[in-house]
Amino acid sequence: MTGALVTREVRRALHGAAWLPAIFFLLVATLVPFAVGPDAKLLARIAGGTLWIAALTAALLPIERLIEPDRADGVLDQLAIAGTSEEAIGVAKIAGHWLTFGPLLLLAALPGSFLLGLEGRSIVAPLTALAIGTPALAALAVAVAALTAGLPRSGALGGLLLMPLAIPLLIFGAAAAGGEGAGPLKLEAAIALLILAAAPFVTGAAIRAART
Amino acid sequence: MRLLHAEALVLVRGGRLLFEGIDLHLDAGEALHVTGPNGCGKSSLLRLAAGLLRPSAGHIEHGGVALADDHLALDRELPLGQALAFWKGDTADGMSAMGIVHLADVPVRLLSTGQQRRARLARVIASRAPLWLLDEPLNGLDADGAGRLTKAIATHRKVGGAVLAASHQPLAADWRQLELGA
Repeated sequence: MTGALVTREVRRALHGAAWLPAIFFLLVATLVPFAVGPDAKLLARIAGGTLWIAALTAALLPIERLIEPDRADGVLDQLAIAGTSEEAIGVAKIAGHWLTFGPLLLLAALPGSFLLGLEGRSIVAPLTALAIGTPALAALAVAVAALTAGLPRSGALGGLLLMPLAIPLLIFGAAAAGGEGAGPLKLEAAIALLILAAAPFVTGAAIRAART
Repeated sequence: MRLLHAEALVLVRGGRLLFEGIDLHLDAGEALHVTGPNGCGKSSLLRLAAGLLRPSAGHIEHGGVALADDHLALDRELPLGQALAFWKGDTADGMSAMGIVHLADVPVRLLSTGQQRRARLARVIASRAPLWLLDEPLNGLDADGAGRLTKAIATHRKVGGAVLAASHQPLAADWRQLELGA
């Protein structure tokens, strides 16, 4: 069932607005040179952090469509009746969400990096940091979506909940994107793994709690 | 063979006692009709039997179940046939039992209310689960739909299945009755 669920997530995202976070990401990256000015050196210096802020805010957009529609339509109930554990639903949701979120965001990060004055080999570090960070961002989005499913104004609430949780990832991700060597990258990877490991359990518990 | 066994069920939701001391037994071939006023806990009893809620006290055992409640649980953008097929089971059998085979290529979002009601019942029939839990199964069905459902239930009971239904409408005479909130 988990495989079918991943396929379903991807199909629904592609049918809907999978490109939205990537476009939003690119838009934020475009706005920064307007706000900061055309100083290429300054832009290149803040590029890593800017890309991360853009990725983090882009990760907020899909939260409302990740869990709530399936809760409201009884899909989560029917999955439970069919014997799928809530944690397995969490894993499938995270995998399915990342497949339509991560690659598109990384694709958008290429022109995004150029807009921020990065060129040549200097775009490798931020892209690597984002590549390691996007699975964790997808996992956080799914967990937060499960925690806020069914609540009024869940979209705004989800944003308030996700951003503080993403701070450790942001700190090391942005440091790694700034090309500060292997240390921050390893710490970023460790935090991403931790988030990925915990998110399915948080998601599962939240789905169960929403039933009572 | 016992398909549902529950003793001394108590359910408290939102600080309100819905029911207490409910015993439920369903053997193969049996059917139980749950009645009672609005808000007495009929739907919650079905969700307990489905394992979606835990009783506040008492214990409940069941095998495989299928539930048809208010929620459609079918992807709106898919054709009905594909949407039903996501839930595995014998989709073709369920669709022909409820007379919706001709709708297989119609997207779920275009179905009428009554057709959606038939579709959720078709999912239950297709599931091949031994215990069917039906919440207001006759709501929104026309005479043909109600007849098809009655026939499907009879077939299901004949092959060793059981049905637990909550309904305000009268069901067949050979159903046991359970009145909640009395």
